[in-house]
Order: sequence, then structure tokens, then C-alpha cells
Amino acid sequence: MLTIEMILMTVAAAVVLSVLGIAFGLLLLGIDRRVSARMQARIGPPLSQPYIDLKKLLSKENIIPENAVASIFNAAPIIALASSLIVLLYLPIGSMMPVLGGYGDLILVMYLLAVPALAMVAGGFASGSPYATIGAQREMVSMIAYELPLASIVIAVAWLLYSSGITDPFALSSVVANPVWTMVGPLGMVGLFVLLLTFAWVSPAELSKIPFDTPEAETELAGGILVEYSGKNLGLFTVAQGVKTLVMGGLAVAIFFPWNISPLLGLTSYAAMAVDAIFFFLKVIILMILSVTVIRTGLARFRITHVVTLFWVYLGLAGLFGLSLVILDSVLMGGF
Amino acid sequence: MSLSPSFKRSLWVFHFNAGSCNGCDIEIVATITPRYDPERFGVRLVGSPKHADVLLVTGPVTKKMAPRLRRVYEQMPSPKVVICIGTCGQSGGVFYDSYNLDGPVDDVIPVDVYVPGCAPRPEAIIYGVVTALTKLERLAGGEE
Ligand code: SF4
Repeated sequence: MLTIEMILMTVAAAVVLSVLGIAFGLLLLGIDRRVSARMQARIGPPLSQPYIDLKKLLSKENIIPENAVASIFNAAPIIALASSLIVLLYLPIGSMMPVLGGYGDLILVMYLLAVPALAMVAGGFASGSPYATIGAQREMVSMIAYELPLASIVIAVAWLLYSSGITDPFALSSVVANPVWTMVGPLGMVGLFVLLLTFAWVSPAELSKIPFDTPEAETELAGGILVEYSGKNLGLFTVAQGVKTLVMGGLAVAIFFPWNISPLLGLTSYAAMAVDAIFFFLKVIILMILSVTVIRTGLARFRITHVVTLFWVYLGLAGLFGLSLVILDSVLMGGF
Repeated sequence: MSLSPSFKRSLWVFHFNAGSCNGCDIEIVATITPRYDPERFGVRLVGSPKHADVLLVTGPVTKKMAPRLRRVYEQMPSPKVVICIGTCGQSGGVFYDSYNLDGPVDDVIPVDVYVPGCAPRPEAIIYGVVTALTKLERLAGGEE
């Protein structure tokens, strides 16, 4: 039953989580820049650099180009931020169950993940600049490309839960409650590991980071989709980027590393929640450094044709290979 | 013009070549290498004038480039600073008196800081950016 208190609680939790998500997302961007600088033997910007950048961007003039469709141009950054925050509300943070957990599942999260990218595409087309148009087209192409490997991961996880007889195999709360690694034999372990590596390559594409930043290519597209954005709108896109980084890390944690630390320490109730949340953020930081920062510092940008081949042929095959290993494993184990 | 204190900790730079010989441009690229690492002060090279706070102009401004320079300057969101890199942009330098010039730079757009040299060393360019910061601070202090 929905009572007034429950609704109020949900709203309050959502607001708190959004604020936390924005703050932590920006911190993630700062860590990313710092680690990347250290890898290049530089000192690098302070961790608070994204906050400083954001404050500066908010204080600057907000230019709307003459030939832009102003309504879409202005709505795009807000939609991008809002949709990334909504995905965050569907993710379990440590031992805290997702705020909106009862209203959606893994499939919904997958679709919601596409919304910020779609908002950016709409903003790019609406800004009326040829550079932004090319950038928006490239973003659409890479979105289509990385959807297949991502889908195979989600299917593998849902299959695992379904074959071991868990009701509601698509709900994120049941994914978290049953760590996937504990449900498979050696063959399935290999399959899951392949899927984990695939996910590590999908995240930078989802976040438009090097080597998949073809839509924003600074050198040949002058910023691509974002070329016409300035001031407040650009700042909102930066925040959305931070939240998206957090969301991708959080999704990887939820699917592959859902363990919590509080049972080990013997904590309960609110203390457990706080410790688990901190542990969750630590896991996200480590995953982000491995799958975003290291890859983006070590590689140069792919051409858009290479992105498509990589995702459809190599990573698509890897995803399907991992998926079939997982299925084979559960058949051998007598799950079916 | 209102300046927030975060402005000077996060300067985004756009580089515009107004007909330079490429000497100054190479020095600008040298300035953003790990050896000098201006990113630790929040300085970043960006690809679009819409994102920029600082415009680095190199070269003596040829007739073809003058209208483009004006347009790029107008596209930058205020508050903004213009730094002119190299002797060329101040006087025409080795191209002085050429029939092909519309410059020097300050005939086309207002310039805040000049960095002389042909080409200036990275240290000089960094010093120029710092001078631009002090000028911004003075402006902010005077107006408030
Ligand atoms: S100042 Fe010298 S190095 Fe710089 S663009 Fe002019 S001629 Fe080239």
C-alpha cells in the first residue's frame, strides 16, 4: 500500500541521493583527471577541479546560437541530467535497496541509460552547427553499436537467475541478493569473466570517453555535439557526465561485485548502510579507474568505422561467447 | 562583468592561428606538454570558442583571417580575455608592412596581454596567462 509517509520518504531519499550522486559524480571526474595526469608523469589538477569548472561555467554567459532550435537546445542538458539521476535511483547503493526498486528492473535501466545519449543527440541536431550534426550522427551510430554487447550481458545475468529458480530474475534487487559468481561452475566463471571484460569496454563507449569519444572528437569536430554549448548548459552536461560515470560504475558493481562489507564487520542498521555505501563508492572508484581512466590514457581515438566493427564483431562475439558459456554451464550443472 | 573566484582556477584556452608561421603554435603546444603541465592550475585547451575563457591569438592577422578572428572573438561567452602571442601580432614582426596584413591583432579585436618573442618560450606564455589573471583580478576588484 502506498501511504503518504512512504511517498514522502521516497521523495526525500531521491533528493538526498541526487545531491550525493552529483557531488560524487563530479568527484569521480576529478579522480579520473588526476589519475590520468599521474599516468602521464604530470601533477594534474586538484580533485576539486570539476567543482571549480562547474562554478565557473555557471557564472559565464549562456549563448544560444541564432539558428538553433532554442527549446530543444536548452532542454537537452536538463533531460540528460535528469535521466542519469533517475537511473541512479534504480541502482542499489551498498546494502541500501534502490529507491525506486519496486517500479522497474534491469531492462528499464538499460533503456534509461540510452536517454542521456539521446538527449545529447537531440541537442546536437538542435544547435544548428554542422560540427554538432556530425557529432550527433556519430553518437547515434556508436549507441547502436554498443547496445548488442550490453544486451548480451543483461540476458546472461537474467538467464542465470531464472535458471536457478529465482522469481523476478530481472529485478536489480534479486541480482544483488544473489552474486552471479556463486551460481556457476568453472565454465560459467570463464563466461562471466568474458562478460565482465565486455562490460569494461562498453562503459567508456557509454560515457563517450577516449577511445570512443568520436562524437566529441575535439581535434576534428571541435567538441562535436557540445560545440555550441556554453555556460550553464555546458555545466549541466558536465554534471550529467559525472552522474553517468557513477551510474555505469554502480551498474558494474551491482551485477558483478555486489558483496557488502558490513556482515564482515558485524554492523547493523544505519551504521551498516553507511559503511556499505562507502565501500560501494570505493568499488566504483576502482572500477572506473580500471575501465575508463587506464583505457583512455593508454589509447588513441578510434575512427567511427572502427568503433562499429569493434562492438559488433569483436565485442558482440565476446558477449555472445560469454553468454553461451554461461548457458552451457547451467545446462551441464543440471539447472535445466 | 562579474567574476567568480573560481574563474581564475579554471581557465579554458582556445587557440586561434591568424596567419602565423607556426612557430608560436608549436610553442603553445610545448606549453601544454607534461613538462609544464598547466592543467594543474586548471588550464585546459578546448576545441570550441564557445567553451573558452581565454583566446590565444598567434600571427599577424592576414586579410582573410581578420573577419574570422572577429567572429571567433564574438562567439566567446563573456567574461573573456585575449592574449596575443608573438611579435607578429604586436607589430607585424617579420611581416611588418606587408600588403597582405589587416593586423596587428589589436587593430582587429581588443587585446589584454601581449607576450613578445619570436617565438616566445613556454615560460613566457605561462607568465602571460598569469598576467592576464592579475588583470582580471584588478578588473574585478575595481568594479566591486
Ligand atoms: S612571432 Fe615569430 S614565431 Fe611567432 S608566428 Fe610570428 S614569425 Fe612565427
